[in-house]
Amino acid sequence: MGEAIVVTSGKGGVGKTTTSANIGTALALQGKRVCLVDTDIGLRNLDVVMGLENRIIYDLVDVIQGRCKIHQALVKDKRFEDKLYLLPAAQTSDKTAVQPEEMKKLIDELKQDYDYIIIDCPAGIEQGYRNAVAGADRAIVVTTPEVSAVRDADRIIGLLEKEENVEPPKLVINRIRNHLMKNGDMLDVDEVTSHLSIGLIGIVADDDEVIKASNHGEPIALNPNSKASIAYRNIARRILGESVPLQQLDSGDEGMFTKIKRFFGVRS
Amino acid sequence: MKNTQNVTIKGTKDGLTLHLDDTCSYEELKKELDRKLANTSKAQEEDRLLTVKVKVGNRYLSHGQQEELKDLIRQKRNLLVDVIETNVMTIAEAEELRQENEIVSVARIVRSGQVLEITGDLLLIGDVNPGGTVKASGNVFVMGSLKGIAHAGCNGNEQAVIGASSMKPSQLRIAGCISRAPDQLPNEDGKAMECAYISEDQQIVIDRLQTLMKIRPNLTRFEGGR
Ligand SMILES: Nc1ncnc2c1ncn2[C@@H]1O[C@H](COP(=O)(O)OP(=O)(O)O)[C@@H](O)[C@H]1O
Ligand SMILES: [Mg+2]
Repeated sequence: MGEAIVVTSGKGGVGKTTTSANIGTALALQGKRVCLVDTDIGLRNLDVVMGLENRIIYDLVDVIQGRCKIHQALVKDKRFEDKLYLLPAAQTSDKTAVQPEEMKKLIDELKQDYDYIIIDCPAGIEQGYRNAVAGADRAIVVTTPEVSAVRDADRIIGLLEKEENVEPPKLVINRIRNHLMKNGDMLDVDEVTSHLSIGLIGIVADDDEVIKASNHGEPIALNPNSKASIAYRNIARRILGESVPLQQLDSGDEGMFTKIKRFFGVRS
Repeated sequence: MKNTQNVTIKGTKDGLTLHLDDTCSYEELKKELDRKLANTSKAQEEDRLLTVKVKVGNRYLSHGQQEELKDLIRQKRNLLVDVIETNVMTIAEAEELRQENEIVSVARIVRSGQVLEITGDLLLIGDVNPGGTVKASGNVFVMGSLKGIAHAGCNGNEQAVIGASSMKPSQLRIAGCISRAPDQLPNEDGKAMECAYISEDQQIVIDRLQTLMKIRPNLTRFEGGR
């Protein structure tokens, strides 16, 4: 019986889809059977980031409305030996085409066949959010170190904490720009974490390679040499229960290094 | 006619006190009150407005009955009811009083979009994040940082205060007074252990926590001891 993890944020454009794609990829690289579920109905793009757009025949709404069986709608990622699948969102319907109970039933069914179900959540706190969270066992909240994104993350965490079936959410801080953080022009990792007071499960630098990789339909986690890739792989390892120290953002900066060490000390 | 006095009037230097017997019926009481007061107002021909205190002993008076008695007494030209004192209250009123005087401790973070509202004093073991609101009919004490909105005395108690370990609110409200955060916080580190209260000129003032013991001595509930 697998576990379902919802990736959410409140605010749009902070990296939910990128995080979902890369965590899924990294878990598959670790040999887990993974199913990615795109719940951003009407604005699907997890398929594009994964490079699987051309292979879509049926979608989530087709499954829920009984037009096809689940296995017919799942798109297999050929780069992995039977490890990674995608259930794409519908592009034509809207979010109200699916109800939370239907979603939960679907996720429960997928949990029979997969180790991890990664659910990519739409922005906002309305029905799309409720659908995405309905079947989840765990939650990852993605934020950037910007005041507005952190504010929305706080709102979402408040909602997630009310979900009885979801474990306390974990935080990913994405798109960290080291020079801004160092100059105090951006919230630092410490400030964001203490403000939100939830466990940190990963920090990801802002990296042009992420955008390039997404545009080529090759999630960055497939590239072993990029810093962002290692960050996503580390998140996957932490999901699997390993204790992995946080990445050093800038090797030349002793202040940051001690900060990160302190973090690790606190969390391990 | 019975000889027992259901209504007795006593004069003190602060005004009149009406003692209303608590064993007779309410109707009987009203009748006698009417008769007695008719006599007195004839006796006292002064124009000065007199305040009266009404003591009703162990009689329970509903809100409507209290108003009725006040009206009855007010109809007598120069009498104005100051208070009605009674020894009894309903269980509901007692429960309300108990809640008003209770300190409710809550251990959590009040996050953006959340509202925590309680009756009595609030002791929050945690933070109020920006966009979050805490409300109490009494005082608000935040042991973490107060970064959102705090409303003390939300039913109108202007004596209520707000205290926080770290005072960086977006807005403070006490009873009907509102103060918004200054656009520029003067000194980040100076914001530890502060309180807010309504000053004599009806403004919300932020001050060191230690000021409270001087300006709000009633915050101390501890009685007796050494
Ligand atoms: N770590 C990163 N570094 C650089 N660009 C990123 C990073 N994470 C996400 N992005 C870019 O930010 C944009 C929004 O990301 P996306 O995952 O679609 O956000 P969401 O799903 O939350 O709306 C995309 O163009 C994506 O490539
Ligand atoms: Mg998205």
